[in-house]
Amino acid sequence: MLDLVWLVPALPLTGFLLIVLFGRKLGDPFAGVLATTMTAASFVVVAGIYFELLSLPSEERKHVVTLFSWIPVGGLQVDMALLADPLSITMALFVTGIGALIHLYAIGYMHGDAKFPKFFMYLNLFIFSMLMLVMGENLLVTFLGWEGVGACSYFLISFWHTRDSAAAAGKKAFVTNRVGDWGMLVAMFMAFAAVGTLSYEGINHAAESGSLAAVTATGIAMMLFVGACGKSAQLPLFIWLPDAMEGPTPVSALIHAATMVTSGVFLLTRMAPVLHAAYPWSSDVIATVGALTALFAATIAVAQTDIKKVLAYSTVSQLGFMFLAIGSGAYVAAIFHMVTHAFFKALLFMGSGSVIHGMHHEQDMRRMGALRKVMPITAITFIIGWLAIAGVPPFSGFWSKDEILLYAFANNRFLYFIGVLAALLTAFYMTRQVIMVFFGEARWNDHAEENGAHGDHTPHESPWTMTAPLVVLSGLAITGGVMQLPFSKETHWLEHWLEPVVHHSEANIKGTWAYDNKWLLLGLAVIIATAGIAASIAVYAKGKFKAVEPQLLADAWRYDSSISAFVGGPGRKAFDAVAAFDAHIVDGAVVGVGTEVRAASGLLRKVQSGLVRSYAAIIGIGAVLVLAWFLLRGVL
Amino acid sequence: MFSAIQPTSTWYLILAAVLFGIGAFGVMVRRNPLVMFMCIELMLNAVNLTFVTLATALSNINGQVVVFFVMVVAAAEVVVGLGIIVAIMRRRNGITADDLSALKG
Repeated sequence: MLDLVWLVPALPLTGFLLIVLFGRKLGDPFAGVLATTMTAASFVVVAGIYFELLSLPSEERKHVVTLFSWIPVGGLQVDMALLADPLSITMALFVTGIGALIHLYAIGYMHGDAKFPKFFMYLNLFIFSMLMLVMGENLLVTFLGWEGVGACSYFLISFWHTRDSAAAAGKKAFVTNRVGDWGMLVAMFMAFAAVGTLSYEGINHAAESGSLAAVTATGIAMMLFVGACGKSAQLPLFIWLPDAMEGPTPVSALIHAATMVTSGVFLLTRMAPVLHAAYPWSSDVIATVGALTALFAATIAVAQTDIKKVLAYSTVSQLGFMFLAIGSGAYVAAIFHMVTHAFFKALLFMGSGSVIHGMHHEQDMRRMGALRKVMPITAITFIIGWLAIAGVPPFSGFWSKDEILLYAFANNRFLYFIGVLAALLTAFYMTRQVIMVFFGEARWNDHAEENGAHGDHTPHESPWTMTAPLVVLSGLAITGGVMQLPFSKETHWLEHWLEPVVHHSEANIKGTWAYDNKWLLLGLAVIIATAGIAASIAVYAKGKFKAVEPQLLADAWRYDSSISAFVGGPGRKAFDAVAAFDAHIVDGAVVGVGTEVRAASGLLRKVQSGLVRSYAAIIGIGAVLVLAWFLLRGVL
Repeated sequence: MFSAIQPTSTWYLILAAVLFGIGAFGVMVRRNPLVMFMCIELMLNAVNLTFVTLATALSNINGQVVVFFVMVVAAAEVVVGLGIIVAIMRRRNGITADDLSALKG
């Protein structure tokens, strides 16, 4: 089974190629069925590999399959190699598992779309790229996947490219990601220059054995973090993620919530020994950026009215928690939160998609309300997702967020405070969303005249292909916390499982005040979640306080518009000046040289008279002169 | 009565030089392509004469071998050259070499 690792990315790739070739013939819904089957089959293979790894002793849980030598150039030897170890298999499990559910969901959601097969073609290509990213054995294979998921993200955000906003959002995502990719490239160059290889094994070994200088390790770690900031939407590069909601909702659930955006967290975990070998302040930078992002995005989510925008900012905020964990040395907690977040955020996004579907493409929460009566399954599953993200025990989000906050407390109490504040706001804005969408009065008929045909329709529950994944994911969102329960060392299943990968770098907080009083912190987390929910209910359900939603927060602290204003104003002028410099000075020099050379050769051209006899005369005179030269020098 | 005067190598070399000079002068002065062509042949044969003379004088057969090569190449050159000249003559009646200056810069 372990040698079948190549099959994991090969299956979605096959699906992609089949849809490229026969997509139009397959049509709706068979292209979707094919894509779903391929992803599900890939999940089965990953599950098989998982159980086989589980049967091995923990130090042997690592298997490298080299498919072929990719770039054999002198000192640069890069293999197309796949790595099956606990970390990559954990990632692959939830990428293919949640991916298959979202594929199934998309069959229902995209039904009737003119470009139905194309959508599934991109989805399968995305799954393939994502699997290459997580299973690559060296940075370059990961980078291949990294760029692949970026390209798929671009295709899928601007899937409805006839809408200007969707096309613009796609471009924005792509350009912002390029900024991050630059960091990743520089990190690869530095790693290769310092270690002479790009394989994780080699780089991490160099970092663990101490042969990697601390300053180089810091450079690599910080550059990787720049890449991670771009992909995982952290300050200051998060601006593309909220706009990415222009894509179809399954895309938001799969790419912009569950899988692709977590690849930055994955990469930093994979390269944890390098981060460990770096100067301590680099971890502090990561933790601080993560905590600030978590709080910053949570404040924005409080005032959003678009159902998907709330979830988008919430995703940015939760990713901030993961980086807070990475920076605090809690790699297991980061992966734990990544997995539980994938469960509940995919659930929430698909729930919102179900609402949007049922509301005939209405996304404004102010025009919803009381939907629990017409969409019972969506409502119940969404509420489970809400409890999970708000941090209510025993739902999965509670355990993972608490673990992060525990490590944050042990590491830096100020960042813990910021994290708690963000958790409070999370509970608050998610409750607000649930109340606005599913409770209160039905407001969907208020705008009948504006909406035309939309307003007349009563919302309806979605088909089974959409509700079935919701039910499965809500089950996972409830029970996901079982992976890592804080009761005793034996119930830290995830930690034991990931131990071979992260054991060198995982922070040890045993004996700190935080560890000794973890039940106190756990209780505090429950109180905070309850407080957030209670406050939100008081404001939005009972109407006891007037809702405070400053325009500043609705405008996302004017961060985005300030950047646009800066780039469009002084930035634009600077670009124009550079362009003018280029056109007149640089091009002027180049063109000037060309003109002068032309003029000089114009003079020389006259020699070519075309008269054969004058050529003969010149040859004759030349011969005589050469002869005379040699004779006078006495050579002959 | 002429037996006293024995022609030496020098004579032949001078003759070859004179022939070469006439040929070169003709190429430069005449405008008729056919005549220019014949002048070139004259120059080639002047060189041939030099080769043969020196081969005899130095008792080295190599010079005479080269002459055969020159004659073969000259024959091939006559075929091609005459073909070109006849073709040009057909297209433009009675042309001089100076009129064929289409390739001037």
